[in-house]
Amino acid sequence: MEKVSTICPYCGCGCGLYLHVENGLITGVSPSAHHPVNHGSLCVKGWNCHEFVQHPDRLKYPLVRKDGILQKSSWEDALDLIASRLSGTKEKYGPDAIGILSSAKCTNEENFVMMKFARAVIGTNNIDHCARL
Amino acid sequence: MAGLASAFGSGAMTNSISEIADARVIFVVGSNTTEQHPMIAMHMLEAVDRGATLIVADPRKTQIAAFAHTHLRQRSGTDVALLNGIMNVIIGEGLVDINFVRRRTENFDEFEKVVKRCTPEVAEKITGVPASDIQRVARIYATEKRSMLFYSMGITQHVTGVDNVRSCANLVMLTAHIGQPMTGLNPLRGQNNVQGACDMGALPDVYSGYQKVADARARKKFESAWRRKLPSARGMTMIDMFDSAREGRLKAMYIVGENPVMSDPDTSHVVEAIRKLDFLVVQDIFMSETAELADVILPAVTFAEKDGTFTNTERRVQKVRKAVRPMYGAMPDWKIIAELSKKMGYDMGYRAAHEIMEEAALLTPVYGGILHHRLDDFGLQWPCPDADHPGTPFMHRKKFAKGLGTFNPIEFTPPDETTDMTYPFILTTGRLYFRYHTATMCRRTATLEREEPECFVEINPKDAGRIGVRSGNSVKAVSRRGEIVVKALVTDRTPEGIVFIPFHFREAAVNLITSPAVDPVAKIPEFKVCAINLVPVIPKPGERPKNRYNRKEDLKILNELYEEPEVPS
Ligand code: SF4
Repeated sequence: MEKVSTICPYCGCGCGLYLHVENGLITGVSPSAHHPVNHGSLCVKGWNCHEFVQHPDRLKYPLVRKDGILQKSSWEDALDLIASRLSGTKEKYGPDAIGILSSAKCTNEENFVMMKFARAVIGTNNIDHCARL
Repeated sequence: MAGLASAFGSGAMTNSISEIADARVIFVVGSNTTEQHPMIAMHMLEAVDRGATLIVADPRKTQIAAFAHTHLRQRSGTDVALLNGIMNVIIGEGLVDINFVRRRTENFDEFEKVVKRCTPEVAEKITGVPASDIQRVARIYATEKRSMLFYSMGITQHVTGVDNVRSCANLVMLTAHIGQPMTGLNPLRGQNNVQGACDMGALPDVYSGYQKVADARARKKFESAWRRKLPSARGMTMIDMFDSAREGRLKAMYIVGENPVMSDPDTSHVVEAIRKLDFLVVQDIFMSETAELADVILPAVTFAEKDGTFTNTERRVQKVRKAVRPMYGAMPDWKIIAELSKKMGYDMGYRAAHEIMEEAALLTPVYGGILHHRLDDFGLQWPCPDADHPGTPFMHRKKFAKGLGTFNPIEFTPPDETTDMTYPFILTTGRLYFRYHTATMCRRTATLEREEPECFVEINPKDAGRIGVRSGNSVKAVSRRGEIVVKALVTDRTPEGIVFIPFHFREAAVNLITSPAVDPVAKIPEFKVCAINLVPVIPKPGERPKNRYNRKEDLKILNELYEEPEVPS
């Protein structure tokens, strides 16, 4: 079994924990003993924070709406479609007709990339996240 | 965090979690810490064990309130009056730290004029909290040196949310409980990386590190780093975006990892706005109500399948590490955006997450020394300006981020929606311990799902008697905007005249009936105050209530859930 040190994804406490990995699957969680926030404990959310990772309901491939129905698509096609639709919207209505909502569940790096995408690639400051909720 | 930034020039928890256990006074305003931030509550209770005084201000008898030495049950939406009352006592009894106020702050005189009017007796009339309690709390908080103040969504989700935060800032400056260990003003932020999302500039008016888009020098720096002309006008907030979409001006949206259809205060408004869009992309790990309306859905990965960093509520930037390969065909969000951006003619060229952080560090003064290889132990707390800096456990030591701290004179304004004959109850909403936001993650976690089976409304026994419901009965909650049917849970945790519904349940989306009024500065939707009526739902003759035993069982579980305290071991 391998133990990977990481951070609980559930609340702003940011407790340190280990994910137990066996044969490419996560099998359990244990708290980080010396972490300044949690000192070797976790709350019930932290103890169960791996369960949703391997859930069969996970989205498994891109879906694209065709004739009103969401259909399986390849990454290539889905991204091409998004690129052309966003570029089209930008040309026709200007960059400020596009809005981006980033996420407080994503990493810092992802939020940085998202804001760079909105500002440098689309050319709008219409970027926000759901922290207000 | 507009309120805090206007007082101090920075909007984050000023002190650290590890200081809590050594505090002497812990004053918690509008945060049900044991449920929302269990491990922070653990430190608070440890402080209590060591003799600290715990003061909780919350209309509801929350779990943390059960541990409090003094529980102030102010009426919903009257926090400003309560805080002004406390500050009135502090000024009146000469407990102000005059030295600090003179050296480090400005605008005290204006502020004093407003607070002078709010005597404890006036505050008692507005808040319902006895004047003697207000005086006692003021004395305890002001005279003890190591006093920490905490607040969370309970106070920011009001029309007066920014005012509430500014009032708290006034209080800590008045008593100089800032810039020292075991003091400070400490917002407890909900989702795991709200702090990081703000720090990284996922906001309409600032780049990473709160550098204003309107500031020509900051813009120039980003323009030369990114080799693109950047817009200077502030963008739209989430709420503006949905308004604009509804009016047909916003045409396309790209939503990552969020489910605004469920989490926005006015659900039907959001659905209408989204339907008007020409094009919607949703990127998430599970199907959601918002994704069901999308034109393209992209599968992203969870925290266990990618590298990166999260910033917790005490500004600690910590490493998240990839434990397993991406499941199924999913990709990390940053990779998806980078690929898309390449297709749109802009190659970001990142090969790994740490390269993104290197760029962010270069462009963001407070993250200047935050580099992945330095975060291996327990991360670093920003501000951390360079690669040798050890990080900052508590802020505003010698001076505030903006120089002088500003007192903001804040008058009490009554909540936006008031009760009347037709809508006699105040509805407050909030989250429960076992649930995380709109539950897309939790509902896939069997252990958590089991704990809390059904949506309910908490109602005081006296109110329940008056309208004739008992625990387990169905009631219809009707507001000026809509209605939902939920189970009644009769309890004195909720004071008379106030009812409480948690906002995690798809079946009874409480947001269908909440108020769309928005704080004019921070644009935080008002969740906490909304006038409603409750009507018992009478089963049709002959119709037997289903699953009677289960229902009892459910209520038992709900009750235990509150009673079982998270005591530090
Ligand atoms: S273990 Fe509990 S307290 Fe710690 S971060 Fe996770 S949810 Fe928050």
